[in-house]
Amino acid sequence: MTQAALSKLTAKPWLWAFVGAFCVWIATILFTGGQGAGEILSAALAFGTFSVIVGIGQMYVITLGPGNVDLSIPATMTFSGVVAMKVIDSSDSLVLVGLLIALSCGAAVGVFNYGLIRLLRIPPIIATLSSSFLVQSSAIAYGRGLKIKPPPLLADFTTAKVLGIPLLAICVMVLAALMSLVLHRTVYGKSVLAIGQNPQAAMLAGVRVDFIRFATYVLSAVLAGLCGYVLSGFSGGASLNMGAEYLLASIAVVVIGGTSVAGGYSNLPGLWGASLFMFLLVTMLNTFGLSAGVRLILTGAIIVGVIVLAGGRRGTMNT
Amino acid sequence: MIAQFTSPRLLRSLLPAFSLTVILLAIFYLQPRAMSYFGLNLLLNLALPIAFATLAQMCVITVNDLDLGIGAFVGFVACVGVTWLNDQPLVGILILAACIVAYGAMGALIHVRNLPSIVVTLGMSFVWLGLALLVLPTPGGKAPAIVTWVMKFKTPLVPMTIYASIAIALIVHVALKRSAYGAVLRGVGGNPQSVERASWSLIRAKITMYAMAGFFGVLSGISLIGLTSAADANIALRYTLLSIAGVILGGGEFVGGRISPIGAVLGAITLTLAGSFLSFLRISPDWQIGAQGAILIIVLALRALINRSEARKPA
Amino acid sequence: MNDMSKPIVKLSSVEKSFGAVRALDGVDLDILPGECLGLVGHNGAGKSTLMNILAGIQKPSAGFMDFGGDGDGGGGGERSSATAANYDVSEARRQGIRCVFQELSLCPNLTVAENARIQHASIKGWNWRGRASELILAQLDQIFPNHGISADELVGDLSIAKRQMVEIARAFSIVDQNIRLVILDEPTSSLDALVAEELMVHVRRFVDSGGSCVLISHLLEEVLETSDRILVMRDGGVVDSRPAAEFSRQSLVEAMGSVAKDEAVHGRDFNSKRQQGTPYLSIDPSGAQRGIAMNAHKGEIVGLAGLSGHGQTDTLVNIYNKRRRYGIDMAFVAGDRQSDGIFPLWTIGQNISIGSIRNLLRFGLLDLEQEAKLAEQWRQKIAIRTPNVNDNILSLSGGNQQKALFARALGSPADTILMDDPMRGVDIGTKQEVYEMIRAEAEAGRTFIWYTTEMDELKHCDHVYVFRNGAIVADLTRGELTEQKVLHASFEEAS
Repeated sequence: MTQAALSKLTAKPWLWAFVGAFCVWIATILFTGGQGAGEILSAALAFGTFSVIVGIGQMYVITLGPGNVDLSIPATMTFSGVVAMKVIDSSDSLVLVGLLIALSCGAAVGVFNYGLIRLLRIPPIIATLSSSFLVQSSAIAYGRGLKIKPPPLLADFTTAKVLGIPLLAICVMVLAALMSLVLHRTVYGKSVLAIGQNPQAAMLAGVRVDFIRFATYVLSAVLAGLCGYVLSGFSGGASLNMGAEYLLASIAVVVIGGTSVAGGYSNLPGLWGASLFMFLLVTMLNTFGLSAGVRLILTGAIIVGVIVLAGGRRGTMNT
Repeated sequence: MIAQFTSPRLLRSLLPAFSLTVILLAIFYLQPRAMSYFGLNLLLNLALPIAFATLAQMCVITVNDLDLGIGAFVGFVACVGVTWLNDQPLVGILILAACIVAYGAMGALIHVRNLPSIVVTLGMSFVWLGLALLVLPTPGGKAPAIVTWVMKFKTPLVPMTIYASIAIALIVHVALKRSAYGAVLRGVGGNPQSVERASWSLIRAKITMYAMAGFFGVLSGISLIGLTSAADANIALRYTLLSIAGVILGGGEFVGGRISPIGAVLGAITLTLAGSFLSFLRISPDWQIGAQGAILIIVLALRALINRSEARKPA
Repeated sequence: MNDMSKPIVKLSSVEKSFGAVRALDGVDLDILPGECLGLVGHNGAGKSTLMNILAGIQKPSAGFMDFGGDGDGGGGGERSSATAANYDVSEARRQGIRCVFQELSLCPNLTVAENARIQHASIKGWNWRGRASELILAQLDQIFPNHGISADELVGDLSIAKRQMVEIARAFSIVDQNIRLVILDEPTSSLDALVAEELMVHVRRFVDSGGSCVLISHLLEEVLETSDRILVMRDGGVVDSRPAAEFSRQSLVEAMGSVAKDEAVHGRDFNSKRQQGTPYLSIDPSGAQRGIAMNAHKGEIVGLAGLSGHGQTDTLVNIYNKRRRYGIDMAFVAGDRQSDGIFPLWTIGQNISIGSIRNLLRFGLLDLEQEAKLAEQWRQKIAIRTPNVNDNILSLSGGNQQKALFARALGSPADTILMDDPMRGVDIGTKQEVYEMIRAEAEAGRTFIWYTTEMDELKHCDHVYVFRNGAIVADLTRGELTEQKVLHASFEEAS
């Protein structure tokens, strides 16, 4: 009977993010009297998309277990966006080249990150932090603060809607489904989950721990590169602080989405739930006419609240 | 004898002073005029708030945690400083005291529930930022006259920052490295189980260290407004990353309770100078944080080298 | 001060169980003032558990503890007779009990003096550092005259031997609380012979002045020479307790051995597989040709024996990590399930299938049907007692969790299985089933390298290598294997 209760608990946490998002949405449209319900949802999907993209990478990293977190995501986003925008210089014909460039920039940062972790034997937090300094500076120096317009094709693609649903959101839902499959059904994904639960046991079960960790840090950086690229298209060019809010956002959606910060357990639907919840919450508070301050306080309180509840659950399981 | 001078422990502890000397010499070489009262004052202008923030971070790192909210916290303190503290000093002081208590409580929560400090402090950074915006929605305010007077006080021979840095480094050094309870506090980072078996309270140690972090965070915010006179909520956000870098530069280890208050202050000053150094090199300020990152990586690489040579020849 | 005939510690019928496993089975123990009590026993006899209870680290499941003497606590002479319920580490300290454990309990980031200060809360205030240094140095000087340690050295910078010396000196140091009993658990494991001798001299000095000691060591000569009385433990109980003078090395080893004599071993017909050519795996665990090399032939069951912690697990992990270099497909069965084996968030099936995941792929994706089939097949084959392999692994009892780990290894394509004392805490029925399976798999051509702390299990092995201090010191074929030989090889001869 405990096992049934346990499996129920571990199967559910991502649901809460959706429940929360739904409640917040209802509260908002009740306040507006049903006005703009669809638009709000559509906007939430559009903006939530970016948190989900970086959230996927961050989630894979956090799943590797305690101490693993990628703090270089914002810098990588900015760097990739800036480099790609500058190289393709608003030219429609180079849209795919730009994508490739952004992804390569991400991959390079990921390789550098893991190189620091391994060669200097420093904790991932410090490695990704110090590399983010360098990457951010490179982005500033390379971009010179000029905001280059994205190619119209990219801008159109990132803002297009199908039946009122942002096209990009649909693509990222497919991406999330794919990454969910990767997590649960491939050797790589299973290895990540195994390392997160118990690295020693994973090593003794034949998992190539070093290689998997390397791949995961590269994956996170590549996704940050992707996010930087599409965000540049969405927001009319790459700006130097475009990544700033995504450090907190990437970690927040992972935590609120029900992924265990102790590692080894994660789920992708929760990322969507949490992203929508975070955006809708802000919308609701704005609708209620509350200030940015209250908004931030509530966001923070929710993150701390979720971790206090979730952390306790894993804690009792360990003992 | 020679072996003693090249012992890894000594090399490690000299590394922060060495980095600072190198960067200082480089600055003086490039710009001899910096070697004056006025020049030093300019160079070290923001060193003190960063040093306090670094010490705050160091307190948390001592007990094997990490504070990703210290920058936002310093910003909040600064906002309180230019509003309440100036208008109604008593209320302002009460708010700041409550902040320190809140930090201690955060440490207790993290310890009792065994939470990852990164996530909790990150969440708290939202809260501090929000509170700061509530207190001071738009940039502005006015620092209390006394704070400005202290921070801009002209001391003889060398600028006030240098005296103050030496003083706080020594005070914290005595508190953590020389005092009897300081040994216990650091022991919690080194081997918590053994400290607990010797009948010490771990939670009391955690609360103490977090409350100290809050206290230094308050000092950082107050000293900052003494220099800037005004404040805004985002004024110190970059202190989070700077403070971590400062602790590591100063010879602190990420886990295991190996920290150095003197090193941390030196590390903070080194980071402050790195920016000026670049401008003297006529390298664009774009590379300022990049240089801070590079210094961090170089120092970590040097330390990895020292550690590796140590592993090669066991004592 | 103390009544010399009244025991300072009296344990009666102390029991301790971990789940289904009984570590202590009604132990009675008296320690008299001015006595050095030697404690010997083979792996799993219950020595460490008993000492942990005495030190207040673990609580007994049942039984009584009496510290009849006047506890020298905090200046008060209150008659304290701690019961099992309220006895903990601080109470042990109040009773004047100190321990030196195998795992070092110093803070590596602090200096020698600071570590002394952590132990003694009363060293504080002005010049505490000077007093702490003086205290620990005086103690070091007294025990190890040529220690060469200075009080302001960081413990992390010291060699293992010096750390152990500091640890020992710290346990013997007195500030305001009297010491009545010092527990020394393998105190000489990393000391050289000369320094170990100094410690033994000090133990005698301490005992002669009225203190008491419990000494655990794998060096039987040390125990025989230093102790007044020797307690022999086996299977969680005390089997012999006599003055040390009445024991010899030979009789100690005999007392530690099991009563049931070695039969059955030779009963089964044994065909050595060693006639047929070269071993397919051959390594020297000590890495420096100090000992005998270990060979494994195809289809053999190779046993690794010796006291726990003498390099067997390290050797296995080393072999496993080099599996790609050897070009041998290997699987590992962990003994310490919690730290080396189980994935606690996964189902039983997932815990089994991770070992053969590469064989369960279809188009690069894990075939869930195949996975379920594999799990179900092994659930039946190895009789894992669960209604459903999709339940969480933690829903199983310890023994059945272990079976799942066996299923993981045996179900994998690996042709060599490394086993790290996998039967710890497994009930007897399960053991028999697993032994059968191992034998059948070996017949079918799989090779097993099996580290075990249980004498009975060695009887299933074709060849047994006995480890001591990281090297192999004896190589016994099945025909030669006796418990006496293994014990003799495990416990070091005096040099």
